[in-house]
Amino acid sequence: MTGNGWFQILLFFGVILLITKPMGVYLYRVFEGKSTWLDPVLRPIERLIYRVCGIEEKKEMKWTEYGVAMLVFSAASLLLLYLIERVQVWLPWNPQNLANVAPDLAWNTAVSFTTNTNWQAYTPESTMSYLTQMAGLAYHNFASAAMGIALAVAVIRGVARKESSTIGNFWVDATRAFLWALLPFSLVGALFLVSQGVVQNLHPYTNAALLESQVVETKNADGSVKKDTITTQVIAQGPAASQEVIKVFGTNGGGFFNANSAHPFENPTPLSNFFQMLLIFAIPSGLTYTLGRMTGSPRHGWAVWSAMAFLFLAGVVVAYSSEARGNPLLAGVNTRASAAQPGGNMEGKEVRFGIANSALFTTVTTDASCGAVNTMHDSLTPIGGMVPLINIMLGEVIFGGVGAGLYGALVFVILSVFIAGLMVGRTPEYLGKKIESFDVKMAVLAILITSVTILVFSAVGVVTKFGVAGISNPGAHGLSQILYAYTSSVGNNGSAFAGLNANTLWFNASLAVAMLLGRFFMVIPILAIAGSLAAKKQVPQSLGTFPVTGPLFTVLLISVVLIVGALTFFPALSLGPILEHLLMNAGKAF
Amino acid sequence: MKNHLIVAAKFTLITTLLFGLVYPLAVTGLSQLLFPKQANGSLIEKNGQILGSRLIGQPFTSDKYFHSRPSAAGTGYDPTASSGSNLGPTNQQLVDRVKQDVAKLQQENPGVAIPADLVTASGSGLDPDVSPAAAEFQIPRIARARGVGVESLRPLVARHMQQRQWGILGEARVNVLELNLDLDASFPVKQ
Repeated sequence: MTGNGWFQILLFFGVILLITKPMGVYLYRVFEGKSTWLDPVLRPIERLIYRVCGIEEKKEMKWTEYGVAMLVFSAASLLLLYLIERVQVWLPWNPQNLANVAPDLAWNTAVSFTTNTNWQAYTPESTMSYLTQMAGLAYHNFASAAMGIALAVAVIRGVARKESSTIGNFWVDATRAFLWALLPFSLVGALFLVSQGVVQNLHPYTNAALLESQVVETKNADGSVKKDTITTQVIAQGPAASQEVIKVFGTNGGGFFNANSAHPFENPTPLSNFFQMLLIFAIPSGLTYTLGRMTGSPRHGWAVWSAMAFLFLAGVVVAYSSEARGNPLLAGVNTRASAAQPGGNMEGKEVRFGIANSALFTTVTTDASCGAVNTMHDSLTPIGGMVPLINIMLGEVIFGGVGAGLYGALVFVILSVFIAGLMVGRTPEYLGKKIESFDVKMAVLAILITSVTILVFSAVGVVTKFGVAGISNPGAHGLSQILYAYTSSVGNNGSAFAGLNANTLWFNASLAVAMLLGRFFMVIPILAIAGSLAAKKQVPQSLGTFPVTGPLFTVLLISVVLIVGALTFFPALSLGPILEHLLMNAGKAF
Repeated sequence: MKNHLIVAAKFTLITTLLFGLVYPLAVTGLSQLLFPKQANGSLIEKNGQILGSRLIGQPFTSDKYFHSRPSAAGTGYDPTASSGSNLGPTNQQLVDRVKQDVAKLQQENPGVAIPADLVTASGSGLDPDVSPAAAEFQIPRIARARGVGVESLRPLVARHMQQRQWGILGEARVNVLELNLDLDASFPVKQ
């Protein structure tokens, strides 16, 4: 660990703190239909979309109708993506003539991008055409993020409104999320990333002459060794920047290239890296302020933000310390950080980012449900790799995905006020709304569905032949690989312990089911809570009301998140990363 | 419900048109106009021939060049198959690979501790950089192979050293391909 490393982490934290309010105010104005300075440009496009689609701007929806609209949009856009993948060889912008994607992989990928997971069981540069990446994958980066923001705003309205039967109009919220929340930042951000070196073109791949030609040995099927002399390097190209920016800003995480944000064409400089991490947290952090503003209690927004910030910092400290210490099994290697070398555990990491920025990115991307990686999580130290795993297991409520983080956090907020109510022995209230049996049931249901899905699928994965066949790292790490895959899918994160061979029928199918359950079976109970809260009367605050604004509430919220997570996942973690950590320190390899 | 299905179909099509085609093509046009060099891959060209990209590492194995980090991309530094090794920390394959590389490096520069990045595979398999310590470590071998003094190589490495961005962000590093191109130009190998 170095002073500079800690300084970079604090700098990042400081900038996040600074942008939270402006971002939150902007989103508040966008979704309360107030004017913004972008209106002259965007308002005509918005009206055009409404006219073409036949959307009635002023019509409000009940939570059930809102949910139905969200589901049919997901289904329609999912099918279009599946179709594009299946016929890409006959479509334009496929200079490498990449074949149509196989059905199970195409289905897995379509589900993955629709659910904002961006789990990738394929190598993009050798699988997806430029058109598929632009109109299929990058488009879904926008669509799934817009959907997440719309849902969060609808849930906030549920909290804020009194005796209302409706929570907004899904189509209007989604359109405004597309146009106001995502487009302007993406356009400017993409150009900034290009200035740093991210590629953006439609050329065929470039052939470069290697400075020193290489003799490469490959084993034939019969065991004989074949020698080839390689004199050229084929450099993959493509419209990467336009996808890169929304990959992080929409907390999607699906890389344009296989190595994701570790690839120099996706993330060429330390500055582009810093910028990407900021984009990941920008909307989720801003939405906490929007929550406070829309519900008329800015201090409640900050109380929620503080709980998230605490858990975020705790994760970074653990990840950075563990990675900086390095891997004790590698003898003869100098792992001490200095001005001349990053040291530490550099397997799977890039020199330009070093240890601090890799540990920070790892924490950020799994706090939010982003899943972009600038370091290979499979090669993290056991404890360093447990941090992203826990972040996702806690429900990605540490800022969380765009929209998904906030509505996920609200589930824990409801649970917290419920527990506080039990402690003082009176009906819990949340911002003037009585929290009743239905609301608590729905909150528990949302938590249960995700936890049960993770644990049951992982259990099946580790006791069946087709599950175990995917493991690439033996020993305790193998359990972590499978556990991580289902945790990441259910959490709609999309990062991976990527050694796992997941492009098989079993994994493609089971992970797709896990992603669908994790997204939609969580959203529906939450929309139900929103609808229920919106219909309630406002009760005046009294002395007995548990305040949701101060440090006491922040501490309670942190505790509830941690206790629920620990009770659910500690056994699995102790057999995976914790056991591996002990074995590694005892000098054992597998 | 039926009404929503029709809206969903239309909404999917129009937003795909706007965000799946108009937006990326607009970004492509603007990028090609404003930052053509970066947008096309920061390529290094000489006499009309493309020698590589300054952002994408190349493999080097002979004694007379600075070596890049171990790579798990295809057969090594293959940009159509970018990847890390994905070996876990307690995987015997990782321990053995590092042990082998360490033994080889200790021979060429005995008694000097080996910088971590020189024996670990990068995340992308395409890392264009090594740490300054890793470049420094290789100087004696290259000096021997090229028949030049160690002292004459140091300024060359120093010239290619990139400090932290704005003095704060990231880590100091040396671009291996650019360094080796300069090495060939400054100290040609006698045939």
